[in-house]
Amino acid sequence: MFDNPDLTKLIFGRLTWEAIPFHEPILLATFIAVAIGGMAILGALTYYRAWGYLWREWFTSIDHKKIGIMYVILGLVMLLRGFSDAIMMRLQQAVAFGDNLGYLPPHHYDQIFTAHGVIMIFFVAMPLVTGLMNYVVPLQIGARDVAFPFLNNFSFWMTTSGAALVMMSLFVGEFARTGWLAYPPLSGIAYSPDVGVDYYIWSLQIAGIGTLLSGINLIATIVKMRAPGMGLMKMPVFTWTALCTNVLIVAAFPVLTAVLALLSLDRYAGTNFFSNDFGGNAMMYVNLIWIWGHPEVYILVLPVFGIFSEVVATFSRKKLFGYASMVYATVVITILSYLVWLHHFFTMGSGASVNSFFGITTMIISIPTGAKIFNWLFTMYRGRIKFEVPMLWTIGFMVTFVIGGMTGVLLAVPPADFVLHNSLFLIAHFHNVIIGGVLFGLMAGITYWFPKAFGYKLDPFWGKCSFWFWLIGFYLAFMPLYVLGLMGVTRRLSHFEDPSLQIWFQIAAFGAFLIALGILSFLIQLVVSFRRRESLRDTTGDPWNGRTLEWSTASPPPAYNFAFTPRVHDSDAWWDMKKHGYVRPQAGFIPIHMPRNTGAGIVLAALSTVCGFALIWHMWPLAALSFAALLAVAIGHTFNYQRDYHIPADEVVRVEGERTRLLANHV
Amino acid sequence: MSEITASAPAGAPGASASARFYLREEHHPENGTLLGFWLYLMSDCLVFACLFAVYAVLGRSYAAGPSGADLFDLPLVAVNTSMLLLSSITYGFAMLEMQRNRLRPVLAWLAVTGLLGAVFIGLELYEFAHLIHEGAGPQRSAFLSSFFTLVGTHGLHVTFGIVWLVTLMVQVSRRGLGPENRRRLMCLSMFWHFLDVVWIGVFTFVYLMGSLP
Repeated sequence: MFDNPDLTKLIFGRLTWEAIPFHEPILLATFIAVAIGGMAILGALTYYRAWGYLWREWFTSIDHKKIGIMYVILGLVMLLRGFSDAIMMRLQQAVAFGDNLGYLPPHHYDQIFTAHGVIMIFFVAMPLVTGLMNYVVPLQIGARDVAFPFLNNFSFWMTTSGAALVMMSLFVGEFARTGWLAYPPLSGIAYSPDVGVDYYIWSLQIAGIGTLLSGINLIATIVKMRAPGMGLMKMPVFTWTALCTNVLIVAAFPVLTAVLALLSLDRYAGTNFFSNDFGGNAMMYVNLIWIWGHPEVYILVLPVFGIFSEVVATFSRKKLFGYASMVYATVVITILSYLVWLHHFFTMGSGASVNSFFGITTMIISIPTGAKIFNWLFTMYRGRIKFEVPMLWTIGFMVTFVIGGMTGVLLAVPPADFVLHNSLFLIAHFHNVIIGGVLFGLMAGITYWFPKAFGYKLDPFWGKCSFWFWLIGFYLAFMPLYVLGLMGVTRRLSHFEDPSLQIWFQIAAFGAFLIALGILSFLIQLVVSFRRRESLRDTTGDPWNGRTLEWSTASPPPAYNFAFTPRVHDSDAWWDMKKHGYVRPQAGFIPIHMPRNTGAGIVLAALSTVCGFALIWHMWPLAALSFAALLAVAIGHTFNYQRDYHIPADEVVRVEGERTRLLANHV
Repeated sequence: MSEITASAPAGAPGASASARFYLREEHHPENGTLLGFWLYLMSDCLVFACLFAVYAVLGRSYAAGPSGADLFDLPLVAVNTSMLLLSSITYGFAMLEMQRNRLRPVLAWLAVTGLLGAVFIGLELYEFAHLIHEGAGPQRSAFLSSFFTLVGTHGLHVTFGIVWLVTLMVQVSRRGLGPENRRRLMCLSMFWHFLDVVWIGVFTFVYLMGSLP
C-alpha cells in the first residue's frame, strides 16, 4: 500500500525518514537521553499505577491551584530546555574564533538562538507568570476558583500543546532559523521553505489561544469575584498587576494571532502580505509583531512587580509604601506600553519626527517604573527587614533592574540606537531586564508562595546558593556583552575573526556556567526541601507573617480555599484580620458549591497538537480529520450541563477540624 | 467531628467580630460569562482591526492587477449586506420571544436567522469563486490578499456562528429556555450583532471606498 508515492505523500505530506536527524550526533544523543528518561518516567508512572491518580487529580482538574502548579512545572521543564540552548550558544561563541569553527554548524546554531528566544518567552516566562497568577489571584481576592474553571484547564493544555510542538521540532524536522520573531521575507516560503517556521507558527498559535483565554478568565475573575468589601483600591498589589497584565494579554495577543495568520497565509496560500513583489510590505509585519511584542514585555514584568511589592511589604513588616501611586504607576505603564513599539526598529527609517515620538514615549515609561523602585525602597526604609530568600531576590532585582533600565533609556535615544541596534549591547540590555527583572521575580514568587502551595518551606541554604550563583553568573555572563556591543559586535553570530574579542566571550561563558550552577542549586533545593519537609513544615498557613488573604487559609489550602467567604476592610486584609481579633470559625459550616472536573480540555489540546503537526507537515487528510474531531469534541462538551457539585458540609467540617487539630498541636 | 459542629465557636470574643471578617451564608459572586464574552469579542475586534489596518496599507497595492473599482459588483454586495442586516433583526425577534418564554417562536426565528446567514455565506462564496475564476485570486496582488483575508475572516466567523446557532437550536429544543441556555443565546446574540457591525465596516471601507477610482 505504501509503495504508492502519491498515497504516501497524501498521508505523510512532507514527512520522510530524512526529517529524523540521524546525521546530527548532538541531536541524536539528546534524543536517546530524552527517550530513555521519558521511558523511565512513563515506566515508573505505570509501575506505581499513578496514571489514574494523575488523570483524576491533575490532568482533568479545574482547581486553579493545581492548574497553577502545572503551569509552573511546565515553565521549569522548559527552562531546562531553553537554558541548554543558551549554554550551547555561549560555548560556541567562546570557542569559534579564527580557524576554529566551533562545534555547531550555522544552520543548527540559527535554530538554537531562535528556539532559545521562543522557548524562554513563550514557554518559560509566560507559563511561570500565568501559573503564579492562577495560583495566587483567586486566593488573594477571597474566591473559590476562577470565573471559568474549565477554560482555565483548557488554556493550560493549549499552552502545553504549543510547548510539545516546539519540543517535537527538535527530533522531527527542524525549528525556525529566523530569530524569535520570524521576520519576513526571511521567514517567507522562498527563504525558509522547510518546516521550521511552520513549527514556530503553529506552536505559537495554539499556545496563544490558551494565553488569550486565560487572560479573559483572570480579568473576569478579578472584576467579578472579589470578596465582599474588596473595592478596586483594596486589592492586593499583585492582583492589581495581574489585572493590568491580563488586560494587556487580551489587548495584545489578538495582534500576534492576526499577524501569524497572515504569515501562514503567505506561506501556505501564496498570498502577498509580506512578500517583496506583488505589492507586499514586509515592514508591516515588523510593525504588527511589535505592537504585540512590546506589550508582551510588560505582560511579563508587571506581575513580577506585583510579586516584589508583596515580598517587600511582608519582609519589611510594613504596609507597602505608596499603595495608590503603585497602582497608578502600574496602570500608566499598561497604557504607555502600547505607545512605544516602534523603538524596536528606529533604523527602519520612519523619519525623525516618528522616531522622536517613540523615543520620548519610551523614556517616559521610566518615570512610573522609577516611582515603583522608590516605593519599594521607602517600604524598606525603617522596616524590620528579614533577609529571607525571596527578599534576597528582590534586592538583587532592584540593583540589577535599575542598570537594565538605564541601558534601556540609553537605547531609547534614536541616534544612539542607530549605533547599538542589533548589537550585543541590546542583547545584554534585554537579558538584564528579563533575567534581573522577570526571572528574579519569579524565583522570589516561587520561594515566597511555595509553602502555601505545598505546606513546607523551601530549604534556605540551597535557595541562597541559587540566588548568589544566578546573581554573579548573570553579571559575568552579560556585562561582557555590553562591552562587546559597544565595540560593535552584532547579535546572532556563530563565528568571529578578531581574536581580541575572545576573552569577553570566555568570561560570558563562565557566567553562563555559574547560572547553570544556580539552576542546579534550585533543583537540589526542591529535592532537599522535599526530604526535609517535616522540619520545614508550615502548620500555620502563614509562615512569613503575611498580609494578604492567601495566608489566612491552610497550607496547602483545601479545594474550596475558604470555608467561609472573607469580608475585606483593608488592602492588607489578612493583616487587618490578625490585628483586630479575628478568630477562625470552627462551626456552622455549610455545603460549598464547586465546579466539576472534566477531561475535555486535555482532549481538545491533544487534538490541537495533532492538527498543528499535520498542518506543519502538510498532511492534509489528518489535518482535516483532527480539526473535525476538535469541533465535534468542543460541541459535545457544550452538551454537558452538569458542570458543578456541592462539597457536603460534613466534608468541610472534617477538613476544617483537621486544621484545628494541626493548629492546636503546633502553636 | 460532631463535637466541633455541635459546640459553639471556642473562645468566641463575640459573634460581631466574626461577622466582621467573613460571611456566614453562601456567597454567590456575580456570573462572569457575559463580561468574559464581551472581552472575547473585543479581542476578536482587535483581530479585525489588524486586518482592516493591513487592508488600509495594502488596499491600493494592485501590482498592475485589477482594482476594487474593476472588480466589485456593488448590487450583489448590497443584497448580501441586506441579508446579514436582516438576520440581525430576526435574531433580535428570537431574543424578544425568549423574554416572553415562548420556545417555538424562538426556534423559528433562530432558523430564519440561520437561513439568512447561510444565504450570505453562499453569495460570498459565489463572489469569491467568480473573482478567482477571473484571475483575481488572493495571490494576484497585495490588495487582493488583504481583501480576501478580511472578507474571508468575516465569512469564517459567520460560518462558525451558523454552526453555533444550529448547536444551540438543538440544545434549546432539548432543554428549553433554562438560565444556561438563555445565557448562551445572549452570547450568540452579541456575537451575531458584532459580526453585523464588522460587516458594516467591511461594506463601507472595502466595497464602497474601494469602488472609488
